[in-house]
Amino acid sequence: MSALLQASGLVLALDGRPVVRHADLALHPGDFVGLLGPNGAGKTTLLRALAGLLPPAAGTVVLDGRPVGDLPEARRARRLAYLPQGAECHWPLAVEALVALGRLPHRAPWASLAPADLATIEAAMRFTEVLDLAGRPVTQLSGGERARVLLARALAVDPAILLADEPVAGLDPGHQLDVMRLLGRRAEAGGAVLVVLHDLTLAARFCRRLVLMQEGRILADGPPAEVLTPDSLRLLYGIDAHIAVEADGLMVVPKGRV
Amino acid sequence: MSPPAPNLTPSLAQRLAAADRRLRRLCLGLGALVALLFCLSLAIGPAPLALFGDLTGTGEQAALARAILLEIRLPRAALGLLIGAALGLSGAALQGLLRNPLAEPGLIGISATAALGAVAVFYFGLAGAFALALPLGGLAGAAAAVTLLYGLAGREASALTLILAGVAVTSLAGALTALALNLAPSDYAALEIVFWLLGALTDRSMTHLWLAGPFILAGCGLLLATARPLEALALGEDTARSLGVSLPRLRALAIGGTALAVGASVSVSGAIGFVGLIVPHLLRPLIGHRPAHLLPASALGGAALVQAADIAVRLIPTAQELKLGVLTALIGAPFFLHLLRQTRRAMR
Repeated sequence: MSALLQASGLVLALDGRPVVRHADLALHPGDFVGLLGPNGAGKTTLLRALAGLLPPAAGTVVLDGRPVGDLPEARRARRLAYLPQGAECHWPLAVEALVALGRLPHRAPWASLAPADLATIEAAMRFTEVLDLAGRPVTQLSGGERARVLLARALAVDPAILLADEPVAGLDPGHQLDVMRLLGRRAEAGGAVLVVLHDLTLAARFCRRLVLMQEGRILADGPPAEVLTPDSLRLLYGIDAHIAVEADGLMVVPKGRV
Repeated sequence: MSPPAPNLTPSLAQRLAAADRRLRRLCLGLGALVALLFCLSLAIGPAPLALFGDLTGTGEQAALARAILLEIRLPRAALGLLIGAALGLSGAALQGLLRNPLAEPGLIGISATAALGAVAVFYFGLAGAFALALPLGGLAGAAAAVTLLYGLAGREASALTLILAGVAVTSLAGALTALALNLAPSDYAALEIVFWLLGALTDRSMTHLWLAGPFILAGCGLLLATARPLEALALGEDTARSLGVSLPRLRALAIGGTALAVGASVSVSGAIGFVGLIVPHLLRPLIGHRPAHLLPASALGGAALVQAADIAVRLIPTAQELKLGVLTALIGAPFFLHLLRQTRRAMR
């Protein structure tokens, strides 16, 4: 199967400082990939480059057979949604108005929302279970509610590829499970999902593929059971971890620093 | 009237359509208010209303009435409308661009720098050389200020950074204007310079309207085109870009539009402050805080406010007619203090 999004030999720099030294990564339809690594490993930078927000210093990111930077902005925006870390809304917009922003790339200039747009907005809100929040100012929501609304905004784009940077950070365990389940369903529906995570058990149980990143390089890329080992975690985070294989997936408990 | 059905949750489509309807209703209401104030502005002045009983006659009185109406009151009313729209609209657009409710052309030094541009043109005698020098001077001043502000406090600026940058820009423009005032060759020249500092629409002619009007309209056009990108920018720069917004284009539209609209306005009326602060702030809750909807509403609201204030200065019985900029500052400054108190929690 051909890749939806393909990064090859990617080198990324911020203000001349190399952040990603070499990365190869492919996202296929149905992929649910977790991107793991310590703080400062270059995960966010890689995600931004995949989203076409950061031009690579070397290498390419190819979307629909063309370098992502060469695609017209509106076309890229329809194919790929990006949910940044700690996403927020600067104005107290109503929930449905915020989710509707996801339809911007699909609308002709000055055109109002078409019935198809409304249907997609409603579907995204039903999917993330925020229909009941309609009419509420987004600034008055709890952290978990806001995270789901922002996810609905990204899903309202109806993208082939969803890149989400720490979408479960700051959520309670219940809401973490909710968001992971939603992302998994999105991948099952044929989308490609790449998500930055710090919770190893959550990553191991939900993602079907994990990418381990350290100091701007990709250490490993494969199924959780193959990639998450005591050795790789020692190398990656400098921790000793207990990894238990349960019937329904791995359980990873960090025990202490090496 | 039937009582509203209890616990009826409107569908999403209804909610989103209701938001559009609210904007339309608000704009219609504000438009009617602007039209009413425009007529009042034509009717109110030192010349008694009785003078205007016969406008079509051939007599001396009819000619005088026509002259007052067409050459004194019409340009004043029309400039009030245009300049008010420019100030309200640029306030709303700048607030959307900087994601900061305190951004306002007067408060952050754009008006002061535009006034400096006009004063410089006047001081060096360029205004006499070619007529367009005056609006172009204001335009250059405003463009320099917005560019400088964006450099100092653009992107993820906090309210505090923006206000401090505005203080710096205002001080610089104020110092240079004071220098021009200090070195003014005559009392007459000094008086002219003071005009730009105080801000007024008195004694503006049709010439002023033709000089500034096209620039203001062009600027408003650019500012209105920022509607959709500003909407996306509510979610931050990265998300806006991921939604297909070109940030360089958005900045060019907002900065260029503000420079054209505010620069040309200030060059003919002087600095009229706080309109771009008060109007968007009052209207924002009425349109659900949506940056795109705020633009047309603020243009109409600004036009209404400046016209109302300009009528008020004619009616307030002071020995000297109160200057328009003085009145808006007297209302606006306490309003700003109130707003600052509200946003203090957000300021670190």
